[in-house]
Amino acid sequence: MAILSLTVNGKKHQVDVDPKTPVLWVLREHLNLTGTKYGCGIAQCGACTINLGDTAVRSCQLPVSSIADKAITTIEGLSEKGDHPLQQAWIEQDVAQCGYCQAGQIMSAAALLKTKPHPTDDDIDAAMSGNICRCGTYLRVKAAIKTAAKG
Amino acid sequence: MKQPKASASRRSFLKVSALAGGGMLLSFNFWAQAKPLPGQPLTDAKDWVELNGYIKIYPDNSIKIINPNPEFGQNVMTTLPMIVAEELDVDWQKVIVEMGPHDNVKLGPQFTGGSNSTRMYWKPLRDAGAAARNILVQAAAQTWNVPLEEVSTKQGMLYHEKSGRSGMYGDFALKASAIPLPKNPKLKDGRNFTIVRSAQKNVEGMKIVTGKPLFGLDYAHEGMLVAMIEHPPAFGKKLQSFDASEALKMPGIRDIFSLPLYPENYEQSGFDTRTFNDLLVVVGNTTWEVMNARKKLKVIWQPIESSNEIIAGFRGKTNVTIPAGLENTDEQLAKMAAFANQPAQLLRKDGDPETAFKNAAQIIEHTYTAPFLAHNCMEPVNCFAYVTDEKALLVAPHQAPGWIEPSLSKILNLSPDKIEIQIVRMGGGFGLKAYGHFLTEAAIISKKVNAPVKLVYSREDDMTYGIYRPMYTATYRAALDKDKNLLAFHVKGGGIPEHAVHQNRFPAGAVDNYLAEGWAIPTNITIGAFRAPGSNFNAAAEQSFLDELAEAMGKDPIDFRLELLQRAKEKPVGRNNEYDADRYMEVLKLVKEKAGWNDPANKKYSRGVAAYFCHSSYAAHVIDIVEKNGKPYIERVTSAVDCGIVVNPDAATNMVQGAVVDGIGNALYGGITHKDGVPGQNNFNRYRLIRMREAPERIDVHFVHNDIDPTGLGEPPFPPVFAAVANALYKKTGKRFYNQPFYKDIPNA
Repeated sequence: MAILSLTVNGKKHQVDVDPKTPVLWVLREHLNLTGTKYGCGIAQCGACTINLGDTAVRSCQLPVSSIADKAITTIEGLSEKGDHPLQQAWIEQDVAQCGYCQAGQIMSAAALLKTKPHPTDDDIDAAMSGNICRCGTYLRVKAAIKTAAKG
Repeated sequence: MKQPKASASRRSFLKVSALAGGGMLLSFNFWAQAKPLPGQPLTDAKDWVELNGYIKIYPDNSIKIINPNPEFGQNVMTTLPMIVAEELDVDWQKVIVEMGPHDNVKLGPQFTGGSNSTRMYWKPLRDAGAAARNILVQAAAQTWNVPLEEVSTKQGMLYHEKSGRSGMYGDFALKASAIPLPKNPKLKDGRNFTIVRSAQKNVEGMKIVTGKPLFGLDYAHEGMLVAMIEHPPAFGKKLQSFDASEALKMPGIRDIFSLPLYPENYEQSGFDTRTFNDLLVVVGNTTWEVMNARKKLKVIWQPIESSNEIIAGFRGKTNVTIPAGLENTDEQLAKMAAFANQPAQLLRKDGDPETAFKNAAQIIEHTYTAPFLAHNCMEPVNCFAYVTDEKALLVAPHQAPGWIEPSLSKILNLSPDKIEIQIVRMGGGFGLKAYGHFLTEAAIISKKVNAPVKLVYSREDDMTYGIYRPMYTATYRAALDKDKNLLAFHVKGGGIPEHAVHQNRFPAGAVDNYLAEGWAIPTNITIGAFRAPGSNFNAAAEQSFLDELAEAMGKDPIDFRLELLQRAKEKPVGRNNEYDADRYMEVLKLVKEKAGWNDPANKKYSRGVAAYFCHSSYAAHVIDIVEKNGKPYIERVTSAVDCGIVVNPDAATNMVQGAVVDGIGNALYGGITHKDGVPGQNNFNRYRLIRMREAPERIDVHFVHNDIDPTGLGEPPFPPVFAAVANALYKKTGKRFYNQPFYKDIPNA
């Protein structure tokens, strides 16, 4: 165990954990930020996607000791009032079915729009290829990303 | 405003018991869930006036509508309260929706599955809304001393036009709550619906996109521990012994023990699933610590002996054989091929199929197979339980808690009123979460460690536990005369451990000589309901065969189906035909029109069609394939669905689009294989799920407009997708696709 500090959604936290603990479980079980989801544990489904700086990463395979002072953004910190263009677009397109994967989808899309504010279909397919939606809402996910990019 | 007296709530409860009708007294905990949710007005719970189990009104005219049914993505949290709001006559935008407690007396069956939610709640929820409106009108008429007929309502307001008086529902709720609810309240004329048939957004949309804790896995409780179960690595094995000494030394570990899921001689219900009865349990402070400690367990597994289980299901007791042995996919396929040639159980016979086949000028015969499928809900199985000697609290992402409560009562030796099951949103269900093993597991583990416990399945635990969609096969035969007329039709279906044949569905009723047979091979791999059970394979095989048959007869595949249906309508063969030929034809005609089936502009597509009837609804799809990056790509899908009145059209469209994507994914990639009893897939690196780039660009959904009470929607669009994919792939590749998953037979897929 070790005391580590990390910055999540602009707030500094100290946690006493095994340094190998994936960020996913630190978020969920030490900081009570459960918006980031456990889906596979092997970075294959994208439910655990967070932004590390401006990059989308799978937090289930990211040891908490490896992130140093890089800023973490989770779905809870994407906007203060749920009014990030992607969040608004997700509601406008009424994307969710079960909703479990959607936080990860939105965080992947958020990183995409930071580097490519006007992505092509291929850009979207590539950026979202790591996010599985078992309910099959892909068309609406894509439509929402396009809506947000336009806005 | 005075507060309602306790006696008033007791009386409301009794009134609602009568209204809910037919439910058994399993539990009651009125007011238990009256807490406002985050982001909702912090009103004082006790000032809410309950008019019936589904409706609470606050003095400031806030309206709370209770959703009775578990939500797993079918959008009942929005759709069902819309039905209440319609009849209650309130402004939908001002309605607060709340998930109800588990209470079958107040809230009806509370079962999500079988595409039943809207179907079974349509009438009770209309009655509930209309009855509440009725007593509000009575309260206003009494207060104003005017005739009942002169009081009207609009959007949560009461009016007496002649005198110009008006008031809010909130002004009259308390008085109304003392008036008996009418048994058969007058319902709205469907032509006057303003909420039903209008597109309304998911009421939990904001919570979902902001990451609020909504799901079972998100639940936390003071002092909560985490438990995981180490189950055998293979079907056909069980626990012999274990050494936990190393694992116990791992940080954060509280306890490691084994205990039986069900006691000896326990009579299982149909939902008391048990893949493995001896549970090896690791309990610790956090999920990560428990996952790590499990790697240090030293376990010796041993082969199971063959056994029989008596399962007390809905249709009485059945005796299930569980053979010993470690199964292999190759051997299972060979066994199915051998069984297919042996006599089977007769399911239906019309005319004289034997003679017709004997006299046929041509016989067309094909065999189809499909693998076990894992549900792969994005949220792995989990359940919170806190069980003491006096009571039990479970927080369960479960499709039907009322089915498991009697089991918990027996096993925990607690009366049902001492068991509270809170219903939480599920991250997918697809049938898996209708089964009860994980509730019971969580409960007995909590009891054993005497602490609040969240049971968590890892993805690997979840995918390798079984409860799979069965492995299926079916051989279809058709007899043609020399003029290519259809003389006879024969389906012989089998499976491990059950077949999928629905003998009374199309084309039964449309062919003079018809034979349906079924057989099954026992297995120790456990199976369960998977989105449109049976239908999901039956449609795949039958609708592929009909495509090949139409081709052999020189007919257009849609016209061929329409001819058969016309026959079934005009002069149906046999009895018990389940489907309505008119509604079936309607979706085929609609999809033909909307897809531009005969439009030369669509010649660039390789097109496949399929249709199916199940869960009282009808669905047809046309799938359009192009070549993209050197391989077939499903670019566009046109769907036609008849599910009666569509309560929430955009959400219904979403559901159909999802079913299409899910169907394409499972048809192309799905499947669990076995080697020596070990599942060949344990996570998403080996079990391929459809991803965004493989999903169609467009899925255009068209609903048949009619005034039929809502029928099912979650499942019906799913089964015909498989065959539409196969039939379109045939047009693209020139090869028929008989064996799922199809990707194995597609170059570069």
